[in-house]
Amino acid sequence: MSPTEVVLQLLVTGLSNGLIIALIALGYTMVYGIIELINFAHGDLMMLGCFLALTLVGLCGGEAASPWLVIPLLLLAVPAFCAGLNWTVDRLAYHPLRAAPKLTALVSAIGVSFIFVNLGLFWGGLPMGVFAGGTQAAAQKDFPDLIGYRNLLGTQSGLQFTLKDVLVVAVTVPLMASLTWFVRRTRLGTAMRAVAQDPLAARLMGIDTDRVISATFLIGGALAGVASVVFVLANNSLSFWMGYRNGMDAFTAAVLGGIGNLPGAVLGGIVIGLVRATMEGVVPNGGVWSNAVVFGVLILVLAFRPTGLLGSRAREKV
Amino acid sequence: MTPRQIAALSCGGLVLLLPVMELLLPNGLKIGSLVPPIMIFAIIGLGLNIVVGFTGLLNLGSAAFMAIGAYAFSVVTCPVHPFQIGFWAGLVVATAVGALAGLVLGLPTLRLRGDYLAIVTLGFGEIVQDVLKNLDAITKGTQGLNPVPAPTLAGYAFTSANYAPWYYLLLALLGGTVWLCANLRRSRTGRTWVAVREDELAARACGIAVVRAKLLAFSLGAALCAAGGALWASLHGTSIEPGFYDFQLSVVVLCIVIVGGLGSIPGVLLGAVIMIGFNSIVLTKLTDLLARHGVSSTNVLASPGNWKYLVFGLALILMMRYRPAGLLPAREVRDELRRADGATPEAA
Repeated sequence: MSPTEVVLQLLVTGLSNGLIIALIALGYTMVYGIIELINFAHGDLMMLGCFLALTLVGLCGGEAASPWLVIPLLLLAVPAFCAGLNWTVDRLAYHPLRAAPKLTALVSAIGVSFIFVNLGLFWGGLPMGVFAGGTQAAAQKDFPDLIGYRNLLGTQSGLQFTLKDVLVVAVTVPLMASLTWFVRRTRLGTAMRAVAQDPLAARLMGIDTDRVISATFLIGGALAGVASVVFVLANNSLSFWMGYRNGMDAFTAAVLGGIGNLPGAVLGGIVIGLVRATMEGVVPNGGVWSNAVVFGVLILVLAFRPTGLLGSRAREKV
Repeated sequence: MTPRQIAALSCGGLVLLLPVMELLLPNGLKIGSLVPPIMIFAIIGLGLNIVVGFTGLLNLGSAAFMAIGAYAFSVVTCPVHPFQIGFWAGLVVATAVGALAGLVLGLPTLRLRGDYLAIVTLGFGEIVQDVLKNLDAITKGTQGLNPVPAPTLAGYAFTSANYAPWYYLLLALLGGTVWLCANLRRSRTGRTWVAVREDELAARACGIAVVRAKLLAFSLGAALCAAGGALWASLHGTSIEPGFYDFQLSVVVLCIVIVGGLGSIPGVLLGAVIMIGFNSIVLTKLTDLLARHGVSSTNVLASPGNWKYLVFGLALILMMRYRPAGLLPAREVRDELRRADGATPEAA
């Protein structure tokens, strides 16, 4: 491959992966912006979404299912499930702790994450064909290849650009645009920004903060659901431990961009996607170091610019 | 004697004589050999308690410091490398390396706010795992370093077959750690830590060097975690493998501190008994029991070990909901929670 092709390939792979990370990161950053909670279970919520997606595909006939039917079904059902689950968890585990010290809710979130991981393990034991009969519950699962690897640039091209990359962009970019519109323009979005800025003042202005927080969990969950569908369609594999890695990448992206900042989360996601693609595609034997590099970048950014790339330099409130 | 003193005395007697009394028990009930891991994790928990409990810095990377201790110890004692300085010098080196690692991570990052610090420590944990995994030449990658020597004391060599010497050695080390932590907590340094935890700005206004206090806590905590890691490696005869020291292990250590009660030394001891005891005694015995009754199937639900994280997770959520100060809370935390509730002190 020529140097130009190498760079272009990096951009394609990096952007494609980065956009998925960004979708998950948006869920982290929205929740943090509003109640200052690192929702540790968010990555594992996305993992459960992947398991639901595989279950649904299994019910629709697995490999033989028609993509035109299955993909829209997944894009409706999985986000709905993740949104509902995220909302329920908030009501049960986080809502009672709103007045408690921040550490309390964080520990509760770690607890939720552990439960999700365990549920993912059990889910893998489901006696279905797509789960290999459920005898190897802990094993990594294959997701049927509904889209295919056909190179859109022709078989001659050194550059890989497949329908999967198109799908990722076609789903994530409009979603992010409408999220921006929603937060900037709608009544509920304005209320969200108000609660994020100052919950007490927002309540004094007559905003039902509880409703706003619930809505945030619903939206964040739905985004994680979309991310899980796009992820399994693009990567064709899932496992019950995948939530941690994906959640960590997304959380790093959120912090990198400045936590609480929506464009920042997208930027952070893309940066991490590109860094990973560079490590795995260009640096010789770089794949084994890509985690270390991602976190190294994070630590450096935080050491020199503690509020992230796009975060505001707000002083901590006294 | 008051009932309290009698209880304390009988507890003390039980702890001192445990290996002896165990000889009287039938084979199926012998659990003494599972106690040393609990004691090692109590030492590690006490280290994290300095950081999270006393100083209020959320550290999600305690397993990384444990790994640093275990590997530093293994490198200087294992026959694969030329040093072979023996158990005691190795323990000192591991502790010192741990303290240094805490300092190195703390220097650039301790200015960060709570959540950011948490994520940096978490990232540090991932980096340490990757580095240990990839520096094959020194760490033997995923195989881990072994054999790691057991201690020798006045010519007596410890073995893995007989746990009683281990028990008393760890009891002495744990006692020393408890003594150190209790005294530190009452000292000027300890009061500085608590001041920083309660209100960093006010502490600074009172002339406390906040960064220095945090660094000291961080470094001491890391040193204790590293010492625990070294003991762990020596007990098992191997540095295990880098993947063992993962985020979940850090969370288990954090749970030890939280379940007992943040900042409470008896709380950490109880937390270690509950968390590690559940893991290595209850689950192991339950698995044995099921195997003996012929319940073995490929069904994922049939193995008790597979329910571990569900139980841990539920326990954490319920603790945070109904008993956030822990089972044996530190006195000032308990009082504060009561005041916050506006309730009168209830009769205990």
